[in-house]
Amino acid sequence: MKHESVETNAGLLVILTLAVISIGGLVEIVPLFYIDDTIEEVEGVRPYTPLEQRGRDIYLREGCYTCHSQMVRPFRDEMLRYGHYSLAAESQFDHPFQWGSKRTGPDLARVGGKYSNEWQVQHLIKPTSLVPESIMPGYPWLASTPLDFSDVEDRMIALKRVGVPYSINQQELEANVERFGEETAAMLDINQAEDNLIAQAQQENFDGDPSFISEMDAIVAYLQVLGTMVDFNEYSEGEFADFR
Amino acid sequence: MSETAATAGSVPASTAVPAEQYNYDIVRKFSIAAVIWGVLGMAAGVWIASQLAWPFLNFDIAQITFGRFRPVHTTLVIFGFGGNALFATSYYIVQRTCQARLYGDRLALFTFYGWNLALVLGVISYTSGITQGREYAEFAWPLDILIAVTWVVYFWVFLMTLMRRSQPHIYVANWFFMAFILATALLHIFNNLQVPVSLTSASSYSLFSGVQDAMTQWWYGHNAVGFFLTAAFLGMMYYFVPKQAGRPIYSYKLSIIHFWALVFLYMWVGAHHLHWTALPDWVSTLAATFSILLLLPSWGGMINGIMTLSGAWHKLRTDPIMLFLITALSFYGMSTFEGPMMSLKSVNALSHYTDWTVGHVHSGALGWVAMITFGSLYHLIPRLWNTKIFSLRLIYIHFFLATIGIVLYIVSMWVAGIGQGLMLRAFDQYGNLAYTFTESVVFLHKPYVVRAIGGGFFLLGMLLMAFNIAMTILTARRAAPVADESRATAASAS
Repeated sequence: MKHESVETNAGLLVILTLAVISIGGLVEIVPLFYIDDTIEEVEGVRPYTPLEQRGRDIYLREGCYTCHSQMVRPFRDEMLRYGHYSLAAESQFDHPFQWGSKRTGPDLARVGGKYSNEWQVQHLIKPTSLVPESIMPGYPWLASTPLDFSDVEDRMIALKRVGVPYSINQQELEANVERFGEETAAMLDINQAEDNLIAQAQQENFDGDPSFISEMDAIVAYLQVLGTMVDFNEYSEGEFADFR
Repeated sequence: MSETAATAGSVPASTAVPAEQYNYDIVRKFSIAAVIWGVLGMAAGVWIASQLAWPFLNFDIAQITFGRFRPVHTTLVIFGFGGNALFATSYYIVQRTCQARLYGDRLALFTFYGWNLALVLGVISYTSGITQGREYAEFAWPLDILIAVTWVVYFWVFLMTLMRRSQPHIYVANWFFMAFILATALLHIFNNLQVPVSLTSASSYSLFSGVQDAMTQWWYGHNAVGFFLTAAFLGMMYYFVPKQAGRPIYSYKLSIIHFWALVFLYMWVGAHHLHWTALPDWVSTLAATFSILLLLPSWGGMINGIMTLSGAWHKLRTDPIMLFLITALSFYGMSTFEGPMMSLKSVNALSHYTDWTVGHVHSGALGWVAMITFGSLYHLIPRLWNTKIFSLRLIYIHFFLATIGIVLYIVSMWVAGIGQGLMLRAFDQYGNLAYTFTESVVFLHKPYVVRAIGGGFFLLGMLLMAFNIAMTILTARRAAPVADESRATAASAS
């Protein structure tokens, strides 16, 4: 076929171009949904609790991903600085993923438990009060803004639609008990979402004021769970190397 | 074949048809919008660059913090400045090269309002914290739908104009615009598959999660570069470079080969943004391989553009518009060499997550995209208003401000990125980390200051351009109010 026939036929140009641009995506993306090895089998990874999920929503809202990655790479320096490299399984319930593309601040994939709640709260309000050289903005409004959890059930239902195993009926609840254990399964029950959120905020008291559920409670709850779900002590060294 | 080369390889003569036959009104609207968004988007860029150098500028005000304002910058320069410039030039070029009036005046007008409404609402929503949290695709789901509808109309207007062409051949610039329109539609739709929280909520959750979501996002993200910021601007290049040089395109065959190679290869390379992550190795290796291959068509385009000037090099001495166009192609060649190099896994291990990437993006965005747009707009605006440019001297000044700005920007980001990359992987004699992360942040201060200054130079140039263009239009209106009016009536009547 002479190229002239493409140049003189707009329909042909459209069809050929569409065919040519579709191949790359088809070859690279579609198999990721079907190759089992893409996501490792590990214990401990669970969906976020209602409070943590609302914290994650705030993390997105403030654009934290523009400066912080959540993806530890398999290098010696990153191992020493952040911990075990990130597994695909660890972000399997992340809609959307927040791996990031730029580290103006450090990686946060394993920040959970690294600092106390008090540290996180003070750091978010005024980062330079703890790290004088920091160039991170302050987020004082998080502490003074009450957390809006009026639509938390709708949010969990939407997440359930995209594949997160929150439960809405007895059957799903039991499946979750089997999969995640009784305590966790109760936290993933959409019918109990508001109660669970309030209870977690009051019990763990992230921002130091149990009577006031602030956005700070939610985001610190989220930060404190990051990277803590998998217990890497249970796995021998090199266990996950096959997945790379 | 030789006959083909003669018709498709050269831009049809512009004197053949009177201006009234074309819909210039829509081109004027998009051109002005491009300049306005350019000023605002680049100002937002200088603002966030300054926040990194002097963080007190965040002022503890939620709406203007870096995290919320960075998407404002990227959206306004890519989709505001770049997008409007592409609408303007594609609508102009498709009419001139097909020698046919743009299809559907009202539909074209709809694309103008639809596109710019999405931008305005996008900026408002980001600053108030409504975002999808996907880079370069932060628009909330209702805006995604508005953009998708606008884009389908754009496709239809463009295609129908091609169909009513009075030239037998579809000129090469239009292939690139068509590929850009098709690919952007494909990418936009698949990367924005979301489930809304409710019909009254702007929040939504992406259909995919984790590794699949990451792959889809960077398939989108890199092809926003590949098609929105490259293929489409090559379309611009294929019209304005031969026009301004007064010579036909260097090689017709090269344009065929590099067109098909470019559109095929680009779609494979997105995963090089995900080297060493939890994405399976086979995908990122494949992406790196195709990234290296991509050097060939990229340079094919650069060579085809620059060599078009062969035999007319003296124009660089007398024509500042030509300076913009050729410098743009040089930066295109440079950044499409740097890109494949950074996609090598060993280089990427150091460069990724650092400011080197930011510098690389800007050598493409400022050097290639903005420079080719400046040149094209300086060529286009006097023709649209049937006048002469207000000041040629200001174009020269703009050129030098922009070039100095880019050099400051890129060099400071090389220093910042490579410096930080080396610091973070340095060990002391006991095998411990030599530097804390914070120490690397301290090191970045000076490069960040230089970068903000470089951005300032570039913004200053942009402001001069806005002034120059505004004066050109005002002078034209004052000189020929009657002619202008009659042209407007003719345009709306047909």
